[in-house]
Amino acid sequence: MAGEIVEKNPAIEDVILIGIRTRGVPMAEALAAEIKKMEGVEVPIGILDITFYRDDLSTIGPHPVVGETDLPLPVEDRVLVLCDDVLFSGRTIRAALDALVDFGRPKAVQLAVLIDRVGQRELPIQADVVGCETSTSSEETVRVRFESTDGVAEVEVVSL
Amino acid sequence: MTLLLRGARVVDPSQDLDRICDVLMADGCVVEIAESIDIGEDVEVLELQGKILTPGLIDVHVHLREPGHEYKETIRSGCRAAAAGGFTAVACMANTEPVNDNRSVTEHILVTAQRHGFARVYPIGAISKGLRGEELAEIGQLADAGVVGISDDGRPVENADLMRRALAYAQHFDLPVIQHAQDLELSGRGVMHEGAWSTRLGLPGIPGVAEDTMVARDLLLVELTGGRYHLQHLSTARSLDLIRDAKARGLAVTTEVTPHHLLLNDQAVSDSGMSTDTKMNPPLRSEADRAAMIEGLVDGSIDLIASDHAPHHVDEKDRQFSEAPFGIVGLETTVSLCLDRLVGAELLSLNRLVELLSCRPAEIFGLPGGSLAPGRPADATVLDLEREVVVDPASFQSKSRSTPFGEWSLRGAAVQTILGGRPVVL
Amino acid sequence: MTEATPLSKDLVSILDLDRGQVELILDTAESFAEVSERTIKKVPTLRGRTLVGLFFEPSTRTSASFEIAAKRLSADWVSFSLASSSLTKGESLIDTVRNLDAMAPDMVVVRHADPGVPRMLALRVACSVINAGDGAHEHPSQALLDAFTIRKAKGHLEGLLVAMIGDIELSRVVRSNIHLLQMMGARVRVAGPRSMMPLGIEEMGVEVVYSTAEAVRDADVVMMLRIQLERESRARFPSLREYFDVFALTPERLEGAKDDVIILHPGPMNRGVEISSEVADGPYSVILDQVSNGVAVRMALLYLWTLRPEDAS
Repeated sequence: MAGEIVEKNPAIEDVILIGIRTRGVPMAEALAAEIKKMEGVEVPIGILDITFYRDDLSTIGPHPVVGETDLPLPVEDRVLVLCDDVLFSGRTIRAALDALVDFGRPKAVQLAVLIDRVGQRELPIQADVVGCETSTSSEETVRVRFESTDGVAEVEVVSL
Repeated sequence: MTLLLRGARVVDPSQDLDRICDVLMADGCVVEIAESIDIGEDVEVLELQGKILTPGLIDVHVHLREPGHEYKETIRSGCRAAAAGGFTAVACMANTEPVNDNRSVTEHILVTAQRHGFARVYPIGAISKGLRGEELAEIGQLADAGVVGISDDGRPVENADLMRRALAYAQHFDLPVIQHAQDLELSGRGVMHEGAWSTRLGLPGIPGVAEDTMVARDLLLVELTGGRYHLQHLSTARSLDLIRDAKARGLAVTTEVTPHHLLLNDQAVSDSGMSTDTKMNPPLRSEADRAAMIEGLVDGSIDLIASDHAPHHVDEKDRQFSEAPFGIVGLETTVSLCLDRLVGAELLSLNRLVELLSCRPAEIFGLPGGSLAPGRPADATVLDLEREVVVDPASFQSKSRSTPFGEWSLRGAAVQTILGGRPVVL
Repeated sequence: MTEATPLSKDLVSILDLDRGQVELILDTAESFAEVSERTIKKVPTLRGRTLVGLFFEPSTRTSASFEIAAKRLSADWVSFSLASSSLTKGESLIDTVRNLDAMAPDMVVVRHADPGVPRMLALRVACSVINAGDGAHEHPSQALLDAFTIRKAKGHLEGLLVAMIGDIELSRVVRSNIHLLQMMGARVRVAGPRSMMPLGIEEMGVEVVYSTAEAVRDADVVMMLRIQLERESRARFPSLREYFDVFALTPERLEGAKDDVIILHPGPMNRGVEISSEVADGPYSVILDQVSNGVAVRMALLYLWTLRPEDAS
């Protein structure tokens, strides 16, 4: 995946990797490490918590824990690569795009996901860089675990 | 009319009586009390087996609000409340509009109460003209019109010289001077007892000393003048000590306590969420004060129980605590509260309770009731010690609903009053 | 982080909260503090919600703080300023409330000179009611922003000694802070003139002293309260000048405090009365932080209570 990002962005020094809380963050860190190995460039990492931009806050309960948002600014003339572990309905990414608008006007926004749950989109959102596609049904959920957050690296498909 | 009350347990401290017997009443008076009375067919009979019969209960601290504030209560609704609560007589305060500082208001009250016929009303006249605390009211005229005591209640007599003169002058008419003791400077903007609870709630407080300083002052004036003094709604331990001391010195001093000062303390304001049903003056005091009131009742330092029935319109009480007027009703809760929480709790005997609610009030205020001895007025109260009641303000005869005792489950109630030999029908 | 117990409908008193809920509020406020540092200080979270401010007592800072908080959450804020007059007493209050409830706002923030008014309103309206100050009773959002400020400066609240100095009798900030600080494991000491110290305050579990120097001894946090002397209160304390001479927080009186003491003040400050300018503007003061923290904390309150799950009571 790191390779694809570099391919898509010859001016790699313009890129900022933005991990969407929670598991987009270790993913962005892993990608940054790979890119450093490949190109010798240290791509900055940002953290984005999209809780305040969700469209379903009044229906879920109890309140989700809100984490920090920390973006290296300014974003003008930069390419923001959003990183998330699973792309499902697309609503998280919509919320993330809404959030990014409030931080400025980047040159471009791209999307990198580890797992693309094909055919489950509820909004017209697509990923630019995909680790792996799977077909799942809406009665299943996909859980990704990282060494740094969960102590183990694995992907699990669970029936709800 | 002739009425036979059959088979009740007659409790009459004035005759040292506590026995099951029959009571015959005729032409408005008690005729005979005997174990079994034979009568002709023409006589109405009330079967009272299993019930208690006492001399009619008398509440000497009631606000009937008429004339002038009929939207809160009228003589009619207040007397109906009295009858529903087991009282055959009430003494009503002078803070009406116009103030009862003259013959015509007194006569209006007497005539109206008589016309309705639910309870006897003994008016209390004002001490000062217009309750302004400046000049003496025409006490002689009031006495002649039929008042049984004088009081500026609602307000204290602040002016010490006026109190001194009143104590002296009232002796010409053998009237007790009745005081609502409250130093208005010390009580200030206070709305509840000043203490740990008012501090916690952030409400301005009325310190106990607001009562005590004036009681102390008044008792010195009683000593000076030799007058008769009755302290209303005693609420602090300290004032109780002062009263005990005065009595020990032989001063003609009496005092009363309300059921709420016997059964509740200032924590009730917090527990009720600052309900205005816990707002009255004097306020609910500390637990130590409350316990002292019980003690004073038990050891006889407190002479009688009176409700300080102070009705207000529902809308007036439906405000934030600091804005609502002081006052709760009591005519329809007093007897059950006393039967359950004093007699039932074995703090007082039934005999003692009847003294507190009938004999002593009659004695102190020179009223014709307080006894069922032959020749005395045929005013009586029927009690049922087993009757279970749940206090339901919505069903009160009074126009007002304000009571902190709503939904209390009590055992014991007054079930009938007899006035001048006739059962009162509501 | 553990899940907090469900919030009750209203926030009228600090006693409506438990420790876990306080932590939820403070942690949520952290996120909103970050929003307030962006260029675009707005999130769409409460878009389309109607929040009403009912200020029966004049208040520029608290009402402005709530207004800014509401707007940063994209909510619609409607404010009524009803100065205390005979119009706002009695029937008018109940009618105002009934009319308000009929408009179905999502939340009401209310300030009134009389204790108990927010609770009265809370019982009569379907929406959540937040107490922005009711007489001398409570001011929950102030205590929460004070706790947030202290926690930010010290890292924790547990075990700290907090001294509050001033007119303890008439201060709602004191009461809410006592409840909150004790709930979070801090110790509270109150200080002020004897003629302004309410009866029985020690039963709230606080230490009571009567001088500023004694109050600040070994204190981690010193909170100064505003002294106001209206005409009627000249019996309680003679003059502002005398208050400064005897009780003001000056650099000399501050000496006994811990080296890393922080100074708070709910505002507005009376320079030269309860606090000297050197202290107010000095290195220990976090007074301005309190103001910015106030917006973040109020954003957290508006967010948490407006989006409180429906099924909770």
